[in-house]
Amino acid sequence: MKLTLHIWRQRSSSEPGKMVPYSIEANEHMSFLEMLDVLNEDLVAKGEEPVAFDHDCREGICGSCGFMINGIAHGPQPSTTVCQLHMRHFKNGDVLYLEPWRAKAFPVLRDLVVDRSAFDRIVAAGGFISVSTGSAPDGNAIPIPKKYSDLSMDAAACIGCGACVAACPNAAAALFTGAKISHLGILPQGQPERNERALNMVAQVKQEMFGSCTNIGECEAVCPKEIKLEVIARMNRDYLLASWTNRREASRSDGI
Amino acid sequence: MELKSKCPEGPIETRWEKYKFDLKLVNPANKRKYNIIVVGSGLAGGSASATLAELGYNVKCFCFQDSPRRAHSIAAQGGINAAKNYQNDGDSIYRLFYDTVKGGDFRARESNVYRLAQISVNIIDQCVAQGVPFAREYGGTLTNRSFGGAQVSRTFYARGQTGQQLLIGAYQALERQIGLGKVQMFPRTEMLDVIVIDGKARGIVVRNLVTGKVESHLADAVVLGTGGYGNVFYLSTNAKGSNCTAIWRAYKRGAAMANPCFTQIHPTCIPVSGDYQSKLTLMSESLRNDGRIWVPLKKGDTRAPGQVPEPERDYYLERRYPSFGNLVPRDVASRAAKAVCDEGRGVGTGLGVYLDFGDAIKRLGKQGVKERYGNLFDMYERITGENPYEVPMRIYPAIHYTMGGLWVDYNLMTTVPGLYAIGEANFSDHGANRLGASALMQGLADGYFVLPYTIGDYLASTKLEKIDHSHAAVRDAEATVAQQTNRFLGIKGSRTVASFHRELGKLVWDECGMARNEAGLKRAIAKIPELREQFWESVSVLGTGEELNQSLENAGRVADFLEFGELMCVDALHRAESCGGHFREEFQTPEGEAKRNDDQYSYAAAWEYGGPGKAPILNKEPLTFDYVHPSQRSYK
Repeated sequence: MKLTLHIWRQRSSSEPGKMVPYSIEANEHMSFLEMLDVLNEDLVAKGEEPVAFDHDCREGICGSCGFMINGIAHGPQPSTTVCQLHMRHFKNGDVLYLEPWRAKAFPVLRDLVVDRSAFDRIVAAGGFISVSTGSAPDGNAIPIPKKYSDLSMDAAACIGCGACVAACPNAAAALFTGAKISHLGILPQGQPERNERALNMVAQVKQEMFGSCTNIGECEAVCPKEIKLEVIARMNRDYLLASWTNRREASRSDGI
Repeated sequence: MELKSKCPEGPIETRWEKYKFDLKLVNPANKRKYNIIVVGSGLAGGSASATLAELGYNVKCFCFQDSPRRAHSIAAQGGINAAKNYQNDGDSIYRLFYDTVKGGDFRARESNVYRLAQISVNIIDQCVAQGVPFAREYGGTLTNRSFGGAQVSRTFYARGQTGQQLLIGAYQALERQIGLGKVQMFPRTEMLDVIVIDGKARGIVVRNLVTGKVESHLADAVVLGTGGYGNVFYLSTNAKGSNCTAIWRAYKRGAAMANPCFTQIHPTCIPVSGDYQSKLTLMSESLRNDGRIWVPLKKGDTRAPGQVPEPERDYYLERRYPSFGNLVPRDVASRAAKAVCDEGRGVGTGLGVYLDFGDAIKRLGKQGVKERYGNLFDMYERITGENPYEVPMRIYPAIHYTMGGLWVDYNLMTTVPGLYAIGEANFSDHGANRLGASALMQGLADGYFVLPYTIGDYLASTKLEKIDHSHAAVRDAEATVAQQTNRFLGIKGSRTVASFHRELGKLVWDECGMARNEAGLKRAIAKIPELREQFWESVSVLGTGEELNQSLENAGRVADFLEFGELMCVDALHRAESCGGHFREEFQTPEGEAKRNDDQYSYAAAWEYGGPGKAPILNKEPLTFDYVHPSQRSYK
């Protein structure tokens, strides 16, 4: 199939970028990134610099890859990262616009590569359980109902790709932050720091210049790991409870 | 070169305990005076960085990815072994030790493996406490599944994303220390050389992958947790960025490379679909618990799988290995798949076999199968466009893991004092073949529970001179790195980096892949230097060194693979026996199983860099087996 790609080319964060058109012959079994590999090989052969894009595992789990395809984060296939998106979902003659994630908190480094280190700083602010190596009780000492364990796992499946931010008209990081707060807050192990976690992580989100959540739901629609909006509700609940009671230590142990 | 393994003597059950007691300690107030560099942020590097910082050391952690959470450990699917015996099915530390030594085809150190089995139970406790959502029973206790090479259920898992969840646990512990200021994190930074002063590792040279700036970092010890070298084959299940650069540059600075020919082929990967293929995708080995592997009985049978009646199917693993069946270890399953495809009975493109869930769906229901393997089935469908609930999966073996790596002693220290290698980057625990769900176990054992003890002994007992960036060795290492960058950019050739990588990969896959022989290995050893020469004459790297330049990054990695590949073939040629993942066609039993030669090859081959253009020097560390007596592995 023959495709026309309009790709955002930008040399560095300090230089202006622009859309550049390319045409390419693709095959339906290729992944989207393999199609870009082929394009890059062609470009290098012609003496043009290849398109920079982040990618690593190409199995949809590392969270490195991601850009907008015709305005949709990770492209048109639901629950699929761009590395797992295959060309069989496109047809001959398609015109595709590829742009980097758009958010103030994710500055463009080059072409389709953005800086997502703000996510790491949000986790560093409180997205953990403080348990130093060696101080853990037996793994079966705390029984955890399967349902809670599964709910926690649903949230923990987040790969930190940033699609939720890119899709959000406010560039909010609510789905990402809510997923971490839910993953740890649902488990009994996460209770002691539950209030503090919400306060610190939300404060960091504001500092990183992410926008505010207005419950639009675009994030859920594009999330390749199907993280649900309810994680945002849990984040808000934990944050409000911690703020109103002015307690940094959680008092409840019910988990949900 | 003298190889001192430092393995303790005495009853195996108490070796590590006693050894730990004899190690020198650094007192808590002094720990903050020491600086440690950790390269790599996967299960090994991430857990080590976090734990060392918790102990009080100052840690600098480096990774080439944009965040420490992206390391390739994240892609491990199936699970992590631990000798908890929660299932009451007869598991024990001794049994895990026994299975691992036997599974490694008697080419691993008993002392190391026993320690690994002992520590396995602590890992699960630690991960649960961190909030890793392992799968649970309705009663709230942890559940287990079985895995290849074992007859007990000792594998803990978090759906099909165990590696992801364990890595996120280590990453969160790491981020906590970053927040506390005890770890300084350097993402998008690639290590390109080790600085060795007075024979000791004192730092590294790195390139900032965004600005291109080359700079050095100094420390009292350097730890490499940089993973394996599977991408020497170009097509592998490794992430695209996984590379051997860190361990290769360490080798060139004096660290011995052990058993590079021990590479693992994973039996259950999605087959290659075309020339543009950039990588292969693994389907977790856990699928073999419920899936049945078969090919048509007749050659060239092109009927759809559903139309091949039961009597005309050959469930060849169940037929050849009745007691382990579809759960034979990876090397055995891979070779059996190659054998049936070589006979002309392969399916799809001819390089594939069926992994059929028809019976499992009848037994467990579609929902039951979905519960266990749902995300793997979805992934398969996304890649192939076929629905595995309706048609059997097609699978074929692919390079997945490398057992070889930097030679380390019992302290995990390489032959360069102060330079450590942990996780897949070292060679220590898996011998010639790794059992499923043991890589996660080893990475975390090294990082959480071994290195943090042993590194203290080195720091407490070694006098380290004060050094600064003006030292000649630092300048020299920085200059070497800058020179290489300029050399790439100056070639201005016509071939892409990837085209060389593909050519090298095909060559080593054909001659040093699933089956090897003397003639083929000699061919490869002759061809690789030619290819390397062409690379340095005609590779095209565009752009500059002072910016984000992915071609330049890849060029450095491929240049190292072009050297590493040769050593791998040299090692494979010298080891005139078959063992584990190393199958030499000349050495097999009449039934086609690997035939070891314990009299001559019961040693770890540690290769020492001989200098530019010179042959590597072979050093041998003899292996002794006091507990598990070498026998022909049998899974029949």
